[in-house]
Amino acid sequence: MNIVVCIKQVPDTTDVKINPENNTLIREGVASIINPFDAYAIEEGVRLKEKYGGMVNVLSMGPPQVDASLREAVSLGMDEAYLLTDRTFAGADTLATAYTLAAGIKKIGNVDIILMGRQAIDGDTGQVGPEVAENLEIPHVTDIRKIEQIDEQGNIYLERMLEEGYVRLKAKLPVVITVVKEINEPRLPSLKGKMLAKKKEIHTWSAKDVEVNEKRLGLSGSPTQVVKIFTPPKPEGGKIFDGDIKGSVRNVLQELRASGILAGSEKGDE
Amino acid sequence: MSSIEVILDKCIGCGLCVKACPFAAVELVDKKAVINERCTYCGACVDACKKYQAIVITRHTFEKHDVSRYKGICVYAEHRHGKLSSVVAEIIGAALKLKNVLQVPISAILLGSNVKPLAEEILSYGTDEVWMIDNTKIGDFAEDIQTELVAQILLEKKPEIFLGGGTIFGRSLLPKVAAKIGTGLTADCTELAIDHDTKLLKQTRPAFGGNIMATILCQHHRPQMATVRHKVMKEAAKTDAAQGKIIELNHIPIPDPAIEVLEFVEEESETVNLSDADFIISGGRGIKDPKNFALIEELAKAVGGAVGASRAAVDAGWIPYSHQVGQTGKTVNPKIYIACGISGAIQHLAGMKGSDIIIAINSDPSAPIFDVAHFGIVGDLFEVVPELIKQING
Repeated sequence: MNIVVCIKQVPDTTDVKINPENNTLIREGVASIINPFDAYAIEEGVRLKEKYGGMVNVLSMGPPQVDASLREAVSLGMDEAYLLTDRTFAGADTLATAYTLAAGIKKIGNVDIILMGRQAIDGDTGQVGPEVAENLEIPHVTDIRKIEQIDEQGNIYLERMLEEGYVRLKAKLPVVITVVKEINEPRLPSLKGKMLAKKKEIHTWSAKDVEVNEKRLGLSGSPTQVVKIFTPPKPEGGKIFDGDIKGSVRNVLQELRASGILAGSEKGDE
Repeated sequence: MSSIEVILDKCIGCGLCVKACPFAAVELVDKKAVINERCTYCGACVDACKKYQAIVITRHTFEKHDVSRYKGICVYAEHRHGKLSSVVAEIIGAALKLKNVLQVPISAILLGSNVKPLAEEILSYGTDEVWMIDNTKIGDFAEDIQTELVAQILLEKKPEIFLGGGTIFGRSLLPKVAAKIGTGLTADCTELAIDHDTKLLKQTRPAFGGNIMATILCQHHRPQMATVRHKVMKEAAKTDAAQGKIIELNHIPIPDPAIEVLEFVEEESETVNLSDADFIISGGRGIKDPKNFALIEELAKAVGGAVGASRAAVDAGWIPYSHQVGQTGKTVNPKIYIACGISGAIQHLAGMKGSDIIIAINSDPSAPIFDVAHFGIVGDLFEVVPELIKQING
């Protein structure tokens, strides 16, 4: 089994604070972490390798400091780590990102399963997985909560989360899979893994190292364009009741009924 | 090649751009702005430097489409179990508003087996055409087949705008379609509008767990595609005088499925479908014991709502993951969200901030959940919730 896990380095939102003066994000001193959803993809990749053998490698696109996240992934059990980094990749929307990642996956070669988290916690788009699949001309399945098994004919059996339940699916490898948190409980890095990660050579590729049309990279290759970034208006102070509970509950229900949000007769004071 | 450049003569080193950059990609070196490799070309610095115009982004775009050949607004009609997803009426509602400005027809793509009654329903919302393929080969969960067909239809019909629901299905199908066509897609929009001058679709969406909003354009590629967040747009009203027509596109061949659907399993609990619920009652760490979720469920039943949970409650194993609201769980937009014993970590807020009305119940008056709550009750949830149930049933 040849597995590639795609990860994204994101700012750690537990560190992010809102500046109360202008209601903007304070990014200073915010640590970078592996996108939390991708941690489940890493763990699933390691588990698949443990069960079926083969290789599990990690791939990311981003600025040079993504190196740290790739080393962390190695400490968690990734065999080889690949970083796509080049100034021409910058400003990529999901389409250009997927195009670039797919070029990296093609260069790694003979990949059976591509795993990633269902979405990144900074962009929240969840689009890169399906778009990578299209660039590789293979199928994809999103929101997978369980990989049941892979049979000898190269079929993979999956459970996909839906709003009202789940579906069981059968797909033929190769396939792109995005995972949700329910799929596993990631392990902590081992001491041996940490030592290994320190010395590991990270394979670093620029645009010249992969087969790409330069016009489709980064900002130039991105059909969408951010024209405005703003912080949503600060919520107005709500009504907080801290008196006796009976009265507080009555007050809240009265407000809701008065504004028609909650149905039911207005009984007035008891 | 695209580039971003600081014009040194114009830069006075005021640092406004440094503050404006959401990615910490601008630094001041020798009193001049320097842009580092974190830059994503978002343009926030260019806006901040309007006065001095010292930062310039040059943008080149690959393989532009001939945009003049694309007309109309098209929506993807998601459905399952013989029913349209409730998001469809919302997208049509949004499309009708765009139509007022653009003065173009609205169409819907409807694919499935025995879907004619759904086509009639779509027309009753005021759409002009339904592009339908009614074929037993297209099962409810046959996403890969539908992806292929949607791409074919869009290439043939050439609408300028294509909208889908921000559902699990929509957010998987539309990206693949966008990549097939080579156009842009904006995820999970909460606001859509037409730019007055350019007639482009302004797509606004939350990012970073709702802490920043971004407005996005797709200038040179068509269709302009977006998924729309569930329960944000106002639903189109049904009319008796439907004027539109159904157009069957049976000449498009149905591809073989790449993914086989083995079975669909409906989750037993009716209180789990968070995305469709008008009322959500969530429990957090303050619930203390899995048994106490019965109390939350009781309140949910009293108002006909669903049960949610914070990550703390899910990680403690008190309730399954399918109930989790927040950054690594579900994003919900109910009419009323009642947070019981949830402190309100930024990750939880990311998943429920968009709710119309937020009611917080917490014994700690300094809990951050009260900052986003429209109404708050300070008190022990084990006293407050039973009182709520009593007065609602009252």
